[in-house]
Amino acid sequence: MNKHFFSDMGVMVGRSMRHISRSMDTIITVTITPIALLLLFVYVFGGAIQTGTDHYVNYLMPGILLIAVASGISYTAYRLFLDKSKGIFERFHSMPIARSTVLWGHVLTSLVSNALSVIIIIFVALIMGFRSSAGVLSWLAVAGIIALFTLALTWMAAIAGLSAKSVDGVSAFSYPLIFLPFISSAFVPTESMPWAVRAFAENQPVTSIVESIRALLSNQPVGNEIWIALAWCVGIMIVAYFFAMRVYKARR
Amino acid sequence: MQNQSIQVKGLQKSYKKLQVLKGVDFEVEKGTIFALLGSNGAGKTTVVKILSTLLKPDGGTATVNGFEVVSKSENVRKSISLTGQFAAVDEVLTGRENLIMIARLRHLEQPRQVADELLQRFGLTGAADRRASTYSGGMRRRLDIAMSLIGKPQIIFLDEPTTGLDPEARIEVWKVVKELADSGTTVFLTTQYLEEAEQLADRIAILHEGRLIASGTLEKLKKLFPPAKVEYVEKQPSLEEIFLTIINKKEETKDE
Ligand SMILES: Nc1ncnc2c1ncn2[C@@H]1O[C@H](COP(=O)(O)OP(=O)(O)OP(=O)(O)O)[C@@H](O)[C@H]1O
Ligand SMILES: [Mg+2]
Repeated sequence: MNKHFFSDMGVMVGRSMRHISRSMDTIITVTITPIALLLLFVYVFGGAIQTGTDHYVNYLMPGILLIAVASGISYTAYRLFLDKSKGIFERFHSMPIARSTVLWGHVLTSLVSNALSVIIIIFVALIMGFRSSAGVLSWLAVAGIIALFTLALTWMAAIAGLSAKSVDGVSAFSYPLIFLPFISSAFVPTESMPWAVRAFAENQPVTSIVESIRALLSNQPVGNEIWIALAWCVGIMIVAYFFAMRVYKARR
Repeated sequence: MQNQSIQVKGLQKSYKKLQVLKGVDFEVEKGTIFALLGSNGAGKTTVVKILSTLLKPDGGTATVNGFEVVSKSENVRKSISLTGQFAAVDEVLTGRENLIMIARLRHLEQPRQVADELLQRFGLTGAADRRASTYSGGMRRRLDIAMSLIGKPQIIFLDEPTTGLDPEARIEVWKVVKELADSGTTVFLTTQYLEEAEQLADRIAILHEGRLIASGTLEKLKKLFPPAKVEYVEKQPSLEEIFLTIINKKEETKDE
């Protein structure tokens, strides 16, 4: 490891924090769709949806947070694409610095900015009547799962941002990710779906993540679901990290 | 220490099927200005990227400051600084922050002071605390070059440093380049402007279709040009004319 790793990392973190604090508008933009969905589903469709829980907003919350992360991640890809296409990476890479810190700076930016969007959305949900009986430990577990999910998607975003040829290509990659929660137990219980859709919904990563977060927030036992959720997140993260690193290093 | 800052032998590079460099040789002496001339797509940027450790060559060898660019890339990076073809500044940061960031990455003692001096020198003090996204093309380029001077690297690569600049800004950049060479820095620059090479360079090389078709001092290149014939006033051939003559000769020999 480069002996300046920590000092270089510090510089990259400082850069990241400036990028975040100066692009609050992007964080707000990211929260608009999830908040709109929250309003729409709670006040328009909510009455017709049978979930077996007290408040539909409580049922909805985990899925909305995942959607927020999935849409926030497109900015991660975008920022990486900009650094690559504007020659910032080349400038850094021709300098005697620890190369990996350049990428880790982006990962950190992604984590912090998504955390901010998630916090904003939780506030809005609280106003709408969202309540949780979860204790500190459960909240920490929720934060951990969302952070892992963000990391997994961040490395996917890195692949997209580093290999995209145009800005359009960058933003297109996150659409399927935003769509995935709709075909899961995020909005309605999977029991109501036709068998083929249901089979997909019950076996895709979002459902297990949503179920785990929902169980944690409502103080229910999480059961096996949380291990499946963690396995998905860690699995996706490792595979995406591997490919992202390949793209990142292939530039030589 | 040996007297060559850059030594390139038989350099080859292809992108998939497109062979861009087909065996390029040249040397750059310490403290001199070397200009690599070539039209669009000639492979100038490719040469710069190989020498600045961003690309690996397919064949041949290149050493920078005595270090082989592939096996000793870390040492090469300690000796050089790159100003790429397109201004690589962080647009979200201010000019001052950009400079401080690079000074920190170069592990200098007083990053703020370094930034202040360069802002002064490049006439950016007034715009120092504005985001770089609000800068004009010329200001951005000056900031870009200023960032490359931080840490006083021994060898500086400038890839088309004056493309897109107005005449005034261009002369400004020329001044900086000359000062660098005077202070002992080796400057490797690429350009499409023959005039620029004439103005600045101690040695000039012309890259065409993957090879250097001419290289040497301006004097030497001028000798390649056939002597003036029926002209009344004896006129020094400009580099432009030399360039076109050489290229035409090549085309002729190719057709035969
Ligand atoms: N990453 C790449 N993949 C494929 N082809 C490339 C790549 N980079 C450059 N080329 C091609 O290689 C050739 C040389 O490119 P290079 O950028 O080195 O030329 P240049 O002399 O710098 O041109 P310009 O004056 O336009 O900057 C061009 O034909 C270009 O299209
Ligand atoms: Mg070029």
